[in-house]
Amino acid sequence: METPPSILFQLGASHHTAPLAVREKLAISQDRADDLAARLRLITGVREFALVNTCNRVELYGVVQHPAIFASLREALCAVTGCTPAELDSAVSLRQNHDAIAHLFAVASGLDSQIVGETEILGQVKEAYDGALEKRWTGPVLNRVFQKTFQAAKHIRTNTAIGAGQVSIATVAVDLAGRIFGELAGTRILVVGAGEIGLKTVQAFQSRGATSITVASRTLARAEEAASLAGGWALSLAELPEAVANADIIASSTSSPDFVLTREMLAAAIKRRPARPLFLMDLALPRDVDPAAAQLANVFLYNLDDLAEIAEQNIAHREAEVARCHAILAERTAALWPQVSHSLNQGKP
Amino acid sequence: MSSLLTDRALLWIGALLYLAGFLTGLIGLTRRQPSTGLRTLLNALLVGGWIFQWMGLYQRGLAGRGCPLGNVFEIVQFVAWSAMLLYFFVGTAFRVSLLGLFTAGYAASLALVSLLIPQWDLVRGQKFFGDNPWIEVHAALAVFSYGVFGLLALTSIMQLLQNWSLKNKRLNGLFWFLPSVVQLEQINYRLVLLGVVLLTISLGVGASWWVRNTDTVHLPKLMVTVGVWLAYLTVLVLRWRGRLVSVRFAWVCVGLFILALLSLGPVNSNRNSYRPVTLTPR
Repeated sequence: METPPSILFQLGASHHTAPLAVREKLAISQDRADDLAARLRLITGVREFALVNTCNRVELYGVVQHPAIFASLREALCAVTGCTPAELDSAVSLRQNHDAIAHLFAVASGLDSQIVGETEILGQVKEAYDGALEKRWTGPVLNRVFQKTFQAAKHIRTNTAIGAGQVSIATVAVDLAGRIFGELAGTRILVVGAGEIGLKTVQAFQSRGATSITVASRTLARAEEAASLAGGWALSLAELPEAVANADIIASSTSSPDFVLTREMLAAAIKRRPARPLFLMDLALPRDVDPAAAQLANVFLYNLDDLAEIAEQNIAHREAEVARCHAILAERTAALWPQVSHSLNQGKP
Repeated sequence: MSSLLTDRALLWIGALLYLAGFLTGLIGLTRRQPSTGLRTLLNALLVGGWIFQWMGLYQRGLAGRGCPLGNVFEIVQFVAWSAMLLYFFVGTAFRVSLLGLFTAGYAASLALVSLLIPQWDLVRGQKFFGDNPWIEVHAALAVFSYGVFGLLALTSIMQLLQNWSLKNKRLNGLFWFLPSVVQLEQINYRLVLLGVVLLTISLGVGASWWVRNTDTVHLPKLMVTVGVWLAYLTVLVLRWRGRLVSVRFAWVCVGLFILALLSLGPVNSNRNSYRPVTLTPR
């Protein structure tokens, strides 16, 4: 009797299939991963495997000799994670052969991510594969599939707009600043108010090279505390007019009921440096910046709603690209599958 | 050179390559993230167009035994050619996205319009520089400075678009690819400086010739040329002093270039005193 070919599979859970509580239970630490690997090696017929484990997904990829082995895999996962078989069955999905490849392509390209088009996932998949390769968990089939996955993900990133546009308030703000100033390394940032959102936005600017940070707050002590967190200088609000004239980017997030940055103050500041634009981010509710300031030449004012709307537009643009990305990946999956199928057939015992 | 490749045929090929470059850029715009391949194709088409235009102008220069600035057609072609040459430097130095598309559209429009209006090329003065190489230098530099001001008008339009998009929170589509406000401001400042320097040298050379023989230059040409130079010089000084910046600076640069283009008529009228000859048969 002829032996059936081996099976390439994906078994796992993600934010699409399991609620957070179950994903927390399924999360596999490094120790647990080694334990799982030891158990998988004891199962006859498991030829290759790799574990992709991120905050939103736990997915086991591998090659087995026959479908009956899937029950043993489920048992091993239950033993390692402490999930009951019922919990596991309700949370995980199983994909085989062509579908498993298509899924891995989509995952690595960011199409299956919670924030569509995010790039971090590709690094995580690479890291998972490198770890499996180093520990000799993978073989010829997974090696080929993962290498092709990285090529496909890179192609998608380069040739589609799936990663275009920022999708969080802080990164949208950084993106806007880039459109105004180009390089952010030399820009001077003023944070008005020591609120969390203002400081988080500053962190995003720092990650893009901004180094000159000043924090102004109602009390100098509070400003100093926040400035030490941001690695900048502290000022009291009394010194604000002078600080505004020297700033390129201002993020304001005080709890003041009145405008902290008035049109007159900003007009006087821009008059002192007419050729240099001023980017204002009003992150406060009620608003800190007089909306009339937006009419001043070379002043660009964005409030929370504006930034959120841009983020939503970018998400919508990314989602509009998903179908095109899936079509590209489908072609690549179809091209790869005959080679993988051949390898699966060749590997028959 | 094949007889089929007359100067006008070469200039037609150059103009059509610019147009193809412009259309390629437009296709790139429809995708939010144009591929490197499209960008390379756009630049290749522009380089090809520029080379053909150069060959066409060179042939006309040989035929006219002088710099090919003998009529409105040649001046317009030369302005387009200069703008493209400058784009190769400015675009590379600043890595300015979209400038290639704008320059392609601008050069294609100028080149095609000049080719489609036969009246601009019916007659051409022969040896109107009077065997004086300095006058040729004067004319070439003056027209080249118009190329600089043309590119300045383009980058000013880009600055106006960028400013409008940022003020009105319309950040997608075409606006996605525009360079930053600060970068455009710097480019504009340098371009107006370069244009004024070139035009000043040109006028200096022309003036040294003119004082020896004041009859050679008609008053309208003199007034218009000096007027254009003074206007750009004023813009440069105001920009340097921080009195004319950002959107107002950009609007002035666009308006001034339109006036400068319109001034080509009076400038060219000076040549009517020379005996006209017909060039390439059409």
